[in-house]
Amino acid sequence: MAAAVGEVDNTIDIPGQRAALILGGHDFGSLTAAACAPWEAPRPPRAWYVAFTISVALLAVLGAMIFYLVFNGVGVWGLNNPAGWGFDITNFVFWVGIGHAGTLISAILFLFRQKWRTSINRFAEAMTIFAVICAGLFPGIHVGRIWLAYWLAPLPNQMGMWPNFRSPLLWDVFAVGTYATVSLMFWYVGMIPDLATFRDRAKTKWKQVIYGLLALGWTGSSRNWHRFERAYLILAALATPLVLSVHSVVSFDFAVSVLPGWHTSIFPPYFVAGAIFGGFAMVLTLAIPARALFGLKDIITPRHLENCCKILLLTGCMIGYAYLIEKFMAWYSGNSYEGFIFRARALGPYAWAYWTMIGCNVLAPQLFWFKWARTNLVAMFLVVMAVNVGMWFERFVIIVSSLSQDFLPSSWDIYHPSLVEILTLAGSFGLFLALFLLFCRFLPMIAMAEVKTVMPHADLHAHPHAHVAPHRAFDYNPDEFDAGRGGAAARRSPRGPS
Amino acid sequence: MKHGTKPRPPAGPELHGLLAEFDSPGALLTAAERVRDAGYTKWDTHSPFPVHGIDEAMGIRRTRLPWLVFVFGVLGCVTGLALQWWTNASDSREFSFLPAHLQGYAFEIGGKPLFSLPANIPVIFELTVLLAALATVIGMFAMNNLPRHHAPLLAQERFKRATTDRFFVFITAADPKFNATRTHHLLSGLGGSAVESVAASSEPAHLPRSLIYATTIVICLLLLPPLFVAKARFTKSAEPRIQLIRDMGNQERYKTQQVHALFVDNRAMRPQVPGTVARGDLRDDAHYYEGKVSGDWATTYPPQLEISESFVRRGQQRFNIYCAACHGLGGAGDGIVSQRALARDTPGWTVPTSLVNQTVIERPLGHIFNTITNGIRTMPPYGDQIPEQDRWAIIAYVRALERSQNAHLEDVPVELRPELR
Ligand code: HEC
Repeated sequence: MAAAVGEVDNTIDIPGQRAALILGGHDFGSLTAAACAPWEAPRPPRAWYVAFTISVALLAVLGAMIFYLVFNGVGVWGLNNPAGWGFDITNFVFWVGIGHAGTLISAILFLFRQKWRTSINRFAEAMTIFAVICAGLFPGIHVGRIWLAYWLAPLPNQMGMWPNFRSPLLWDVFAVGTYATVSLMFWYVGMIPDLATFRDRAKTKWKQVIYGLLALGWTGSSRNWHRFERAYLILAALATPLVLSVHSVVSFDFAVSVLPGWHTSIFPPYFVAGAIFGGFAMVLTLAIPARALFGLKDIITPRHLENCCKILLLTGCMIGYAYLIEKFMAWYSGNSYEGFIFRARALGPYAWAYWTMIGCNVLAPQLFWFKWARTNLVAMFLVVMAVNVGMWFERFVIIVSSLSQDFLPSSWDIYHPSLVEILTLAGSFGLFLALFLLFCRFLPMIAMAEVKTVMPHADLHAHPHAHVAPHRAFDYNPDEFDAGRGGAAARRSPRGPS
Repeated sequence: MKHGTKPRPPAGPELHGLLAEFDSPGALLTAAERVRDAGYTKWDTHSPFPVHGIDEAMGIRRTRLPWLVFVFGVLGCVTGLALQWWTNASDSREFSFLPAHLQGYAFEIGGKPLFSLPANIPVIFELTVLLAALATVIGMFAMNNLPRHHAPLLAQERFKRATTDRFFVFITAADPKFNATRTHHLLSGLGGSAVESVAASSEPAHLPRSLIYATTIVICLLLLPPLFVAKARFTKSAEPRIQLIRDMGNQERYKTQQVHALFVDNRAMRPQVPGTVARGDLRDDAHYYEGKVSGDWATTYPPQLEISESFVRRGQQRFNIYCAACHGLGGAGDGIVSQRALARDTPGWTVPTSLVNQTVIERPLGHIFNTITNGIRTMPPYGDQIPEQDRWAIIAYVRALERSQNAHLEDVPVELRPELR
């Protein structure tokens, strides 16, 4: 993996000019070719095969572990009283959090008109879907008798039994279920125009048929685009509060109970910030190798990576602040149990996990204050790997330390994960990566249609025939923002540093 | 690379429309305005991405999709609220006319209110978003006629670039203003790179045969399990139901007298630990359990028993079950077992004692209790079969039998005496 040296640096801002979002002097045709290259190549790069083999091997491990678990019961995990949750729920919260960055990029940044999102939103959304699949897996298998998991749904049944709607665990079912459905629709709907591109570029009959079916007969009709854009905007507007609600509800699993270290009102915002933090780390973890591997450096530029680093720095500081406030509240509340648990986290049996968390989540991202760290791929990769580790440990610390040492010292016990749990965690990465690698190879990794709208060629203001209606109340387009005010400079000047 | 096709003579009746190609979004925009101003209505433009300003240029009216989304959002909200009230807070007795599996259930959890809005908000919110999002996507698909089985345009080789880097105007032959020559003229004058006619495809595009067969077979196979389930729902069977997963219904366990390697004596049955009393086995009330008061036969009933009419009736019922076969319904020692034994001259048969004779009348209550519990001489014990309380009840009934069969006039209430005469 080469450092940014040698790549065109578009991270410098020149006042009055907009930095180019796409490098390499592409026009629509060459950009499409570049974005389709990973799919059109006769075979993927060798590194893809290596990574895919490893992922599938891990996936097999996951399958074996789940089989073993289902046939023997949850006793094969190291869980017992008092720590009834361990790796299972840690992994759940970890994966669900990762998914959030994808929705943030695709929905929230869309509403905030952050044009740079177009280069990375598609694969960030894919990451969301795959992370949510991994996340859903863990609560699914931890119920023990998984064939009764349908009891979670309010289905009429011969027992006359309904789920308890006042339990945060049930809210979780609804939140994660809605989140998975909406994310999937958001991802697929956004992908339809690009699937149509694949269909039209497909060389073999089978590819034409399969992508033809997936593209649903999309013709790029402007009448269709009109409703499509509306629908996309509405979905973004729905997904934004949704993503905030999902991790808030996940945090309720803890905050609504009365355990010291869990029962705090800071949890929802703290969890959401942590989710975005961890998710962006995973976006970079995937983007840095993927752009090198598939020749996407013109589309996912150093500027995109740098922007992600800035978000990491921001959210990293937010959770650092949350850690501090937690400690402060433990002291300020005067609650001795609360005080005890926070002392125990830092100095007790899980101190090693706690300090790993602090080091990885709070200290490591501070490097991003320096521009060289935000533009150096090696430094960037090391930091995001640290954050990946740190965010896993954050959930581990929260869940396990509070459970294993609560009110009564007589019922304290230390939780030791079993080998099965460790292998299941490893296997979930196999599932995630295998799906992601398949996606890179067989689906449009770049949202081509969206990237084209932010290219200078799509800028009608520069076009002699252009006609801009005096008022356009509807049809959301980020360009409007610039055109409306102060856009004159942008209109005249050629985009990007010369 | 502009290589416009020669204006072909407009084709015959199978003409679907005319297609003009443009190189840039700007050119498309200008062309769209001209077509709009020419008064066409059944036409469209096609582009690889949404072109800024095309809606006015074409005169596209704003979609009503948001209203649909709003309606479904409200529906989701109401559904969430109603679902939670129904399943967790409604009183099923008021809806007993409904089938049991549809009735709600007043779900009491730790004394919390059955219905409290704060706890219901998360699910209401999620359902609102879910239904609104589904309406967005399904509504958009429906309004856009997606999925589209086939569009004649897609058969056009040139049109393949509509999803990459070319921009198109397409006017259908169905447009009232459509005239092959004049429309062609209009399109050629728009500055595009090519104009060509699109034929209405005579044969509809079809999927590969193998795919259709495979899909049909898969769908048929998928229908089988629900069919079996539906059949099972409406038929009766003498066989026990199939249990794929037996849960805890069939666990490993040790039976009486089995070997167990874990214990030194290799026995799975564990003897009672010396000096301990098993739950419910503590019998430290000699009066109640043995009929003894400070070592002698009790002459009174244990104080915890209330001797009432229902108690004696219970004793009568138990007596008729356990004792009458030998001692006779009246207690005279003439039960059917004894009658039969006597009739057959069974050797060594001891006639059951009459319970209403002087000996038994003089027996203390505790002695009779002990007789029932442990048996006496040739009478077998009944302690294993009759619980203590019932033994006392039987005794009370035996006493009643004795009184009734040795009664004097004074025993009859004064007001009833005249009836005896
Ligand atoms: C299997 C027949 C049988 C049944 C049933 C039976 N008895 Fe007896 N019972 C006898 C016989 C026989 C004797 C006389 C024993 C002897 O003298 O050897 C006897 C004797 C007695 C006596 C007199 C003991 C004494 O004090 O000398 C009493 C009281 C008595 N039974 C009560 C009962 C009661 C109450 C029941 C019902 C729970 C009952 N028996 C059930 C056969 C029976």
